[in-house]
Amino acid sequence: MPLEILFSDFFQRALVGGILIGLTAPLIGIFLVLRRLSMIGDTIAHVTIAGVALGFLIEVYPLGAGLVFAVLASFAIEKLRKAYKSYAELSIAIIMSGGVALASLFFTLGMGYNTDVMSYLFGSIYTLDTTDLYVVGGVTVIVVLVISLFFKEFFVLSFEEDAASVSGLPVKLLNMLITILTALVVSTAIKIVGALLVSALLTIPVAISLLIARSFKTSVILSVVFAETAVVIGLMVAGIWNLAPGATIVLLLIAMLVITMIGKKGLPN
Amino acid sequence: MKSLTAQDCHQNIIEIDNVSFSYRNQKVLSDVNFAVKERDFVGIIGSNGAGKSTLMKMIVGLLPTEKGNINLFGQPIGKFKDWERIGYVPQKNNFNPLFPATVREVVLSGMYNNKSLFRRVSRAMQQQCDDALEVMRIQDIANKRIGELSGGQQQRAFLARALINHPDLLVLDEPTVGIDAQTQASFFELITHMHAHHHMTFLMVSHDLDMIEGYLGTTPKQKNGNIQFFVRHSHDLQNCDERNLEHSLSYS
Repeated sequence: MPLEILFSDFFQRALVGGILIGLTAPLIGIFLVLRRLSMIGDTIAHVTIAGVALGFLIEVYPLGAGLVFAVLASFAIEKLRKAYKSYAELSIAIIMSGGVALASLFFTLGMGYNTDVMSYLFGSIYTLDTTDLYVVGGVTVIVVLVISLFFKEFFVLSFEEDAASVSGLPVKLLNMLITILTALVVSTAIKIVGALLVSALLTIPVAISLLIARSFKTSVILSVVFAETAVVIGLMVAGIWNLAPGATIVLLLIAMLVITMIGKKGLPN
Repeated sequence: MKSLTAQDCHQNIIEIDNVSFSYRNQKVLSDVNFAVKERDFVGIIGSNGAGKSTLMKMIVGLLPTEKGNINLFGQPIGKFKDWERIGYVPQKNNFNPLFPATVREVVLSGMYNNKSLFRRVSRAMQQQCDDALEVMRIQDIANKRIGELSGGQQQRAFLARALINHPDLLVLDEPTVGIDAQTQASFFELITHMHAHHHMTFLMVSHDLDMIEGYLGTTPKQKNGNIQFFVRHSHDLQNCDERNLEHSLSYS
């Protein structure tokens, strides 16, 4: 077994990046899942790809361009969500197809770079360079800081938005913060697991913790523990046996979910 | 410690002046005028679509007032900041029963408001939460997931959350929808007892009067379209001095 891969520079960088995303993805994911916005991660990821493609096309740092697109998309989703209040999922469908359309437009405009863009679709954690690590690190600091500052407010907002309003909490601002954090996390996570699988890292750790946890605090902690376990073990397994790292992490998460469900003998009641 | 001066004793807690509201060109409320006085128990009763929920949402700031004015504690609602003076009990079905939150977490969240931003949950807040759990006699289920409780227990948890700040006004939005008759009866017994013994004003929105007519009577004080306002004034207090005395005792 080629164990030496685990000590190589690129693997070490992947591990650090993975561990950082393993922290931020479930931290923001729990608020998305509980507010029934699980699909928002997927949508933003697709738009981010359009940004990445444009980045390659105009020779701008692709992850940076993706990040800008992600933030714009998240605002557009919020705007549409308000315009179609009772059909909130419509906004997700519109923005997602818009993102895919833009991405394929940019693909065809710059035929030569398709393989690079592919690495963002399926993730390419081994190609993380130092700049990427700084971006992921910066995003992690922002996410952890904002969530610890507004943890109790985000809890009320997710539990019952009306009660948050009646308490005089700045609901609009808090919603916007969650939206921006989601965009930041998604756009950085696609480098790790790829745009097509980013939703999994946001939602499956949360889904597992919902089966077990009673309190909100426990579910947050457990979500992070599950995500980190899957990221670390997944990366090692993928490294040693030469598998696709993003896919390995996601399949490991699904395996953990299935085992937990069997252990619990059925769905939560 | 809260204190009231003599002129406060007949204070209007809520003033509704010429409030109208239309939803997609259909008038839901038209020129509603009503005042809720300190310590009143007001029931806003109306069938579905009568506009009572709309009115309640405007009173607690969930909907903007299109036409007319609403004052809370003497301040225009747009400028009102003392939200901890208002306890709010939502409809039972407003939350996801699978939500991972314990009773304690839910009750404690009643203290998270515009004034607690950037503050950590203190020991004093935890103590206040313990007190609220104890008053509602739900301390032994404090660590259960809120969705695991019976409808009546959930309602007590939401009541504890609303009461945790010792509010001056308690707003209840259809508090007993989806709860069996017996639990409803004991819930009303609890809140009417609170009205009689605590210095608090009550505003309750409900689609039926049956459960509460023994307390509010069968004759509405006022009607507006399909909404009826039933009022029971604070019970045995004769004059301002007595009110003030009782108030200062209840907060000392």
